Amino acid sequence: MLKDYTSIPVEADSLRPDKITGLSRDQILALPLYHGNKTVTVGDFFEVQETGGDTLVIEGDLSKFKKLGQEMEGGRLVVRGNAGMHLGAYLRGGTIEVFGDTADWAGAEMKGGLIHIHGNTGHRAGAVYRGSEVGMHGGVILVDGNAGLEIGSFMRRGLIAVGGNAGDFAGAHMIAGSILVMGEMGVRAGASMRRGTLVTLKPFEPLPTFRDSGAYRFPFLRLFTDRLHSRGFRVPADVEQSLFRRFVGDMNEIGLGEILILEGRDHDG
Amino acid sequence: MPTLRITNGRVFDPSRKLRGDISDLCIKDGKIVESLPGDAPVLDAKNLIVFPGGVDIHSHIAGPKVNIGRALRPEDHRHDPVPRTKIRRSGTGGSVPSVFATGYRYAEMGYTTVMEAAVPPIGARHAHEELNDTPMFDKGIYTLMGSNEFVLKYIREKRPDKVRDFVSWLLRATRGYAIKLVNPGGVENWKYGQDVTGLDDLVNDFDVTPRQILTTMAWVNEELGLPHTIHLHCNNLGVPGNYSLTLETMKAFEKQRVHLTHMQFHCYGGKSWAGFSTKAAEIAEYINSHPNFTLDVGQIIFGDTTTMTADGPWQYRLHGLNHRKWYNADVELESSCGVVPYVFKENNYVNAMQWAIGLELFLLVRDPWRIYLTTDHPNGGSFIFYPHIIRMLMDREYRQDCLKKVHPRVLRDTALQHLDREYTLEEICIITRSGPARALGLRHKGHLGPGADADVAIYKEDSNREAMFEGPIYVLKGGELVLKDGEIVKHVFGRTLFVDTPEPAELLGEIRDDFEKYYTVQFDNYSLPVEALRSYQPVATRAKARTS
Repeated sequence: MLKDYTSIPVEADSLRPDKITGLSRDQILALPLYHGNKTVTVGDFFEVQETGGDTLVIEGDLSKFKKLGQEMEGGRLVVRGNAGMHLGAYLRGGTIEVFGDTADWAGAEMKGGLIHIHGNTGHRAGAVYRGSEVGMHGGVILVDGNAGLEIGSFMRRGLIAVGGNAGDFAGAHMIAGSILVMGEMGVRAGASMRRGTLVTLKPFEPLPTFRDSGAYRFPFLRLFTDRLHSRGFRVPADVEQSLFRRFVGDMNEIGLGEILILEGRDHDG
Repeated sequence: MPTLRITNGRVFDPSRKLRGDISDLCIKDGKIVESLPGDAPVLDAKNLIVFPGGVDIHSHIAGPKVNIGRALRPEDHRHDPVPRTKIRRSGTGGSVPSVFATGYRYAEMGYTTVMEAAVPPIGARHAHEELNDTPMFDKGIYTLMGSNEFVLKYIREKRPDKVRDFVSWLLRATRGYAIKLVNPGGVENWKYGQDVTGLDDLVNDFDVTPRQILTTMAWVNEELGLPHTIHLHCNNLGVPGNYSLTLETMKAFEKQRVHLTHMQFHCYGGKSWAGFSTKAAEIAEYINSHPNFTLDVGQIIFGDTTTMTADGPWQYRLHGLNHRKWYNADVELESSCGVVPYVFKENNYVNAMQWAIGLELFLLVRDPWRIYLTTDHPNGGSFIFYPHIIRMLMDREYRQDCLKKVHPRVLRDTALQHLDREYTLEEICIITRSGPARALGLRHKGHLGPGADADVAIYKEDSNREAMFEGPIYVLKGGELVLKDGEIVKHVFGRTLFVDTPEPAELLGEIRDDFEKYYTVQFDNYSLPVEALRSYQPVATRAKARTS
């Protein structure tokens, strides 16, 4: 449990369940954290109430704690409060659940595992870091609330589902993978996407470099929604039966991506 | 400056035939001296190996293209932070480390002199600014001239004397150490989207040939009496079948002394990537029988790196092969530049062949005094892998284990599995210290005799040569203990070495006129005053020594 709020950023990549499992209370308290430009310990900021198991639960407002669960390979990390930037970046396995909001770069360049954010998330969730050529490589990011700009940019594989709205440039430069936005998407979603699927349940006007290829019902949406339901993410039951207009693009690239826009749930063809 | 006596160490100093002999080293005022008073402080090096400090003859560590490489690839260095300590500044590593990290990482291997291998003259000020902030070793820059339009113009006018005087001025203006020729003529043609493919191709607008550039510049180098030879990056780097042009290039020089750089990239047979083959044996045979050549290898290291060179056309080809990021620049009247990230893969046949070709060169060139350890950092891989290469050279069994991990056809298509040679410690000392220092004409480096700089690296003997050479026990720079037990204990800035060439008064007016017409900088702002260097040491040319 967090003892005191800090306004100075803390780099907390040592707070990973797979690294803490098996450590004694004293060993956990002695783990390093970077507080501004100083090296401190977990004990300077947290009280440890219970040890054992492969679940790490952290309580408190961790909005200034960056890199929580970064490069995690297994176990379960639960944050009861807000989390800072880079939550679960480079995640390889295990589960991260946040009962609050997260800042930017959640799940950036992750390769596996699951991140479930019950609040909102900032910009570039599941995205590529500056300079890299591939973003999210795999795994699942679920956001019950809203997401910021450029979610899933350059993503190669995996799934991002947003219960609320997403900002501009969702899925920009997507190489493959799937993004579902149940609310509204900002402008230029899918810009320069090569392959992959963007699904939105609200009206959306694609870029002119996407080509309308008709309206369909997509059987794969049953698998898609089943997978989401199994992970505790609610999608309206009638979506899998609904008609979607399919736009293919981006024709500036190889044009094998698609944006599916819900046309009407009550349409039975 | 403190005195120090290093006692009981097994000293390697090939120039004095010391091959691990137990001997004392006496240090005073940053130099090796004959003797010291009996009460001088002592550093006991019992059971330790004492080498001169390492000398890297070819590395890309500073200047515009290096900085572009840093900026182009944040993904390359964010996983490799170099934290600050009480002594060290912070930085980043990766294939193109920041300036401070570059200094520390060289020192952590026992290197004390590093030469930046290609700086366009107009970028010299930038390069020296970076080198001013690169700690732990002495350094210098090679000034790019192979496609300099002044040089081409004077060659066209058949005025080698003007070329000589221009080169003299340019080295002085840039505080350069040596003449660097990169793909001579080809870089000028790249301004038109072209290259040269042979020594007798014409360079656009100038009607001169690469052959004329090479022979003229070799003549100029000897006329000026520069301490190093011309430092040549041959035409057609990296292209299948380029070995024939490499041989033709060497034949063009007759008896003139030349340093051939990153030769691994110039030993390729075949007519296409599909028919790619090794011609290391042919190149090594020619070098073995022609003592006027020295070379560094440019060994490939598998993994992600950032390639950077003034050879713009090659970088364009490389970008066409991997479709990754590409930076291209035209450097006014002087050069070009390209930067492309690249991953050398063990299971890629061509990459694995390149790796094997580098090792073949190491093992087939018989005279260690004429072949030097480089990776053409960062083009073939980072310099931090030198200890790994040393282990492959010293340990045949390890080398064979490495060979088994690469593309299987390399076993069949190269002679590597049949090469039993193992380098001795003395030979490693030569290819990493004494040889490069001698080739550079650095009489005060690469050995531990009286008068030498007190640059010393002390290692603990270990049958795992990689572990041995990546972790010296002590490193002394200019007589000061800068590293102990793997940790930097003192932060020093080395000196910048440059050649002290005369200023040609007669040609200055003509150069100035052309400058004011064609350059984006004014002539008076172009030359670098010595005051811009943090600490420096001019090196006399033989021509100057003869006249003084």
